[in-house]
Amino acid sequence: MDNKFMKGSEAVAEAAVRAGCRFFAGYPITPQNELPEYLSARLPQVGGHFVQGESEVASINMVYGAASVGTRAMTSSSGPGLSLKAEGLSCAIGAKLPLVIAIMSRGGPGQGEIFPAQQDYLFAVKGPGHGGFKCFVLAPSTGQEAVDLTYKAFDYADKYRTAVIVLGDGVIANTMENITLPPMRDLSTLPQHEDWKATTKGLNGERRWITSYVPGPEKLEQENLKMAAMYELWKQTEVLHEEYELEDAEFVICSYGSSARICKEVINTLREEGIKVGMIRPITLHPFPEEVFEHLNYGKVKTVLCIEMSNPGQLIEDVKLCVARRCNVMHYGRSGGVIISPEDIYKAVKERM
Amino acid sequence: MQAVYERSQLFESYGHNFCPGCTHGIAHTAIMDTLDELGIKNEDTIAIYPVGCGVIGLSNTKLNVVHAAHGRAPAVATGVKRCAPDKFVFVYQGDGDLASIGMAETIHMANRGERVTTIFINNTIYGMTGGQMAPTTLLGQKATTAPEGRGEHGEGMPIKMCELISELHETKFVARYSLHNAANIIKARAGIKKAFQMQLEDKGYAFIELLSMCPTGWKLSPRNAVKYMEEKVINTFPLGVFKEEV
Repeated sequence: MDNKFMKGSEAVAEAAVRAGCRFFAGYPITPQNELPEYLSARLPQVGGHFVQGESEVASINMVYGAASVGTRAMTSSSGPGLSLKAEGLSCAIGAKLPLVIAIMSRGGPGQGEIFPAQQDYLFAVKGPGHGGFKCFVLAPSTGQEAVDLTYKAFDYADKYRTAVIVLGDGVIANTMENITLPPMRDLSTLPQHEDWKATTKGLNGERRWITSYVPGPEKLEQENLKMAAMYELWKQTEVLHEEYELEDAEFVICSYGSSARICKEVINTLREEGIKVGMIRPITLHPFPEEVFEHLNYGKVKTVLCIEMSNPGQLIEDVKLCVARRCNVMHYGRSGGVIISPEDIYKAVKERM
Repeated sequence: MQAVYERSQLFESYGHNFCPGCTHGIAHTAIMDTLDELGIKNEDTIAIYPVGCGVIGLSNTKLNVVHAAHGRAPAVATGVKRCAPDKFVFVYQGDGDLASIGMAETIHMANRGERVTTIFINNTIYGMTGGQMAPTTLLGQKATTAPEGRGEHGEGMPIKMCELISELHETKFVARYSLHNAANIIKARAGIKKAFQMQLEDKGYAFIELLSMCPTGWKLSPRNAVKYMEEKVINTFPLGVFKEEV
């Protein structure tokens, strides 16, 4: 076992290298600077390439280039950077390029404050870019989970030729924890993409054409339908979520990422008081764990409280769709970089019981 | 009979979809012929295509293509070449793509001295979108978004890319040619060959600007477009080698 005491950002970076990432381009932005810093030293050690892009825009496009020749490639940023990467991300989705983006969110619109917050849920989950697409979105709640999900993210990206977002925040990025690192992947065991990458030829010697441009409305519609079908498939096969003390719960919290970790502590306290509280924690934010909401006993469960470090509530929009008016769905959040406290959550639950 | 010239096998089909009098086709022929001359095969090449009229050439070529978003070809090329260093990589960009929306990418790729080659088509206008003002539109030249002609105070002077790029340390060959007549096309082909050879021999980054005609965008007949090129365009954008450190 490879155990290390590491900062979240660096652990994510090391997990990426071990997953086979051999190209990274990024632009400095807090709270995730340790991630590119780490890779600038680490990637050359394994024959990989690090480029500090002149911008977020250039960085995602460098990753687009690296991915187009079949290299496992990654970029990282925070919310403001995701805004700038939106164009490149949309093009990469259209060109069916596998890539991974780690986003450590900020606290609000615009500059958004650097302290921990979860203000980018809707942007990341509903389609960060033009043209009506979605990314595969993973939301770790601990440093260890950030490592494990980043490691897996490259496999999802390859399997579906899509962009995968690992959505964290300043807590994930900057907390130092004991981390068990996954084994180093042998690159020769990874998908080689001989059927599409730009360094190969087609079966009949035809050239490769990596582009998001599909000539002709009917052809493009077919591609869009395939994309829609893929998202439906994800719902059936790729949903990840955690149920915590859910079985007999009469009050259900839905929370993700760092917030969910803090919620667990509060649930333990409330359980000691004899209050039947449980939690649904989506791990894949897209595909969203819709099915678990079908199995709630709405005779007993009167309230689902969505807890996140965001105002207005964002997670609540997906939860409301899933609950479909079968019980109350409410929101409680702290935001702007104010880390939600166990006391905050305890009070919020008690007030809504 | 001995064949003294053949159309490059790197073309997909005969003919192209460029407007009459447009010199994108001449640029493409020069590129394909040069690749042939240097023995660079389709499978050795990755061409990075832009957004703009240049992309029309994409459907005519058998080259492997990675198509970039508007202005982003230099960043895409950086990722491609770093991860596939044994491939011959060139970017093909127009003036709006390279000198306006992609200016940052252009300058920084050149500054890093990436081992790729830039072919810059400067026709002083946005062709594909219908004749709007470009970063290289001449002073006084009319465009659909500069109906009274470009003015230096409101719109700024045309940006001279070779002059800018040649200031950067890592650029090793920077030259501007024109494609409006046979004599100039021969010079341009020699410049493209030199630039391509530099990449093959890993001698540094080369930037080739090709002054190109856009009769449709200029609202001129092809014949008058040649005249406009000789009398106006070359006056603003002098031809020649701006930097040669090879």
